[in-house]
Amino acid sequence: MNKKEHLELYHQMVLIRRVEERGAELYQQGKIGGFMHLYIGQEAVSTGLIAARQSNDRVITAYRDHGVAINCGIPVNEVVAELMGKATGVSHGKGGSMHMADPKKNFWGGHAIVGAHLPIATGMALGDKYGNQNNVTICMFGDGATNIGFFHEALNMSKVWDLPVLWVCENNKYGMGTAVNRASAVSSIAMKARGYDMPNECVEGMDVMKVYEAAQKAIETVRSGKGPFLLEIQTYRFRGHSMGDPERYRKQEEVKKWEESDPIGVYRNYLIENKIASARTLDELDEQSMDEVNKAVEFAEASPEPTMEDLYKDVYVE
Amino acid sequence: MSRITMREAISQALWEEMERDPAVFIMGEEVGVWGGSYAVTKGFYDHFGGDRVRDTPIAEAGIVGAAIGAALVGQRPVAELMTINFAFVAMDHIVNEAAKLHYMFAGQFKLPLVIRTVGGGGRQLGATHSQTPDAIFAHFPGLKVVAPSTPEDAKGLLKSAIRSDDPILFIEHATMYQVRGDVADGENLIPIGKSKIQRPGKDVTIVTYSKGIEISMKAADELAKDGVEAEIVDLRTLRPLDMEPVFESFKKTNRAVVVEEGWKSFGVGSEIASRIYEECFDYVDAPIKRVAQDEVPLPYNRTLEQAALPQADDVIAAVKEVL
Ligand SMILES: Cc1ncc(C[n+]2csc(CCOP(=O)(O)OP(=O)(O)O)c2C)c(N)n1
Ligand SMILES: [Mg+2]
Repeated sequence: MNKKEHLELYHQMVLIRRVEERGAELYQQGKIGGFMHLYIGQEAVSTGLIAARQSNDRVITAYRDHGVAINCGIPVNEVVAELMGKATGVSHGKGGSMHMADPKKNFWGGHAIVGAHLPIATGMALGDKYGNQNNVTICMFGDGATNIGFFHEALNMSKVWDLPVLWVCENNKYGMGTAVNRASAVSSIAMKARGYDMPNECVEGMDVMKVYEAAQKAIETVRSGKGPFLLEIQTYRFRGHSMGDPERYRKQEEVKKWEESDPIGVYRNYLIENKIASARTLDELDEQSMDEVNKAVEFAEASPEPTMEDLYKDVYVE
Repeated sequence: MSRITMREAISQALWEEMERDPAVFIMGEEVGVWGGSYAVTKGFYDHFGGDRVRDTPIAEAGIVGAAIGAALVGQRPVAELMTINFAFVAMDHIVNEAAKLHYMFAGQFKLPLVIRTVGGGGRQLGATHSQTPDAIFAHFPGLKVVAPSTPEDAKGLLKSAIRSDDPILFIEHATMYQVRGDVADGENLIPIGKSKIQRPGKDVTIVTYSKGIEISMKAADELAKDGVEAEIVDLRTLRPLDMEPVFESFKKTNRAVVVEEGWKSFGVGSEIASRIYEECFDYVDAPIKRVAQDEVPLPYNRTLEQAALPQADDVIAAVKEVL
């Protein structure tokens, strides 16, 4: 990875962080409604993962999707406008926080029913294989999602048909307030792949470089026609499950401990220690990101709401 | 008599039934340590422990299936589905198992099962998380469907549901947990399958339930200012459907509006209107009107979402049309 690419990854991670922080503020002010799930703490996962994809590779995820959207190249303006329900949002204000998508960027959404997008990912890979397309489908989901039937059906089919899917579990230790070991018979999610004779790996997710390297390898394996692969990425969400989580299920010390390996801090140190970038360069990127987010909020505030015509549009194609 | 919220009423019903009968236990996502995602079971885990307030994996088919199994062998599970939108994941177990076992095996199996869930839109949760598909569930013989509108009904109906030997889907409305009402002290069981006049009137019959009561009451207050006295019938239970109070009211007013939050097509309003036409044809003075949700998946944007949901103004307009 060259310097420019490194700086781009750093930029994306900071951008996501700032969007999430501003999002939380806007939510408190009542300018964002509904459910909003922040990605703070998990930025290295989708940033490293999506940096390793080719533009023809497809990405699909759950409702914790703002970061993934930004990594896929959706302009921050469109992300923030969607959060605020504006017509200029990536889903025209009809989807909201949980439902962002832009197939032109090969980002197939934000899906809010836990696990429901996994069989869909199987199908996207099936469609690509059937159509002789050399694309990889990257499907992201949480640890909690590995306990629902969808997960098992999707993994099994993908293996039976040797489909080009990379399954990526973001193990952030909890599904809402339920710790992994309270809901899953095995705490190692990677181990679940073994039941389907599927190659797998577990990597540390607070270090974007580790995620990137593991993702590169896994994507290449999948692209070479060897069938699906499951990547478990160890991570942690610093904020509540969604806005308004009483967080009775974990101790603040545990959160503090994880915050010590803040993925942005970890990467910043890496870049400085390896003389890839100076602190000043990174500070400038921090400022630039803040600026971009401020502009995005201005853009969203000034944007029109969708119209009554939009309400009735797109129920069907015809 | 005490004035409590819907949330407190439901919570009390669960608590009292669990204290009364050790066979009653709760299972569902985030019911325990979290205290229920709508805080209905707050404090239960500490008092009753994890075996009786069982946190489950995210696995709706598994939750309902396991609750059916436990009910078959004599326990009285109250399975919670975090929202009714996730009930679709458990549809097979609700429809092909819970609603069928008693009949198909000629009465040999009993299912003292309650599935508590939360429906309704209006919270900007987007298309998959805002549905009011109550009518779908009311379609199946073998399943009972209860959807209360007041704290008193919620408490009394839930207690009856827990004591019933039939599988019952108990639907709460996501935006009504703060609704307050008087609840009689002590045991007050309300029979399942009985409609109720929530507001007497003589000019028009409004038939509705759950959230529809809230908006119809508002509409009735407005209409009263113009001298129109609307009678509001609360169905309370969609299956079995008790039409007697509806027919009685209609024979008096000769005009009806049916209000529901779900979509109009193939909905509660269609069913009620048909039954009125079948039974009270000679009493009809105006076509029966249906007030319901616009035929679109609910959008996130607040203005559009509110526009798509039925409001008091829609009820008023419909009443004026039938008068
Ligand atoms: C089928 C279904 N059941 C329940 C929910 C409610 N719910 C939303 S997110 C969530 C927890 C998911 O946890 P995990 O998969 O670990 O993802 P994370 O939120 O940690 O990213 C639950 C229970 C849902 N959206 N869909
Ligand atoms: Mg999780």
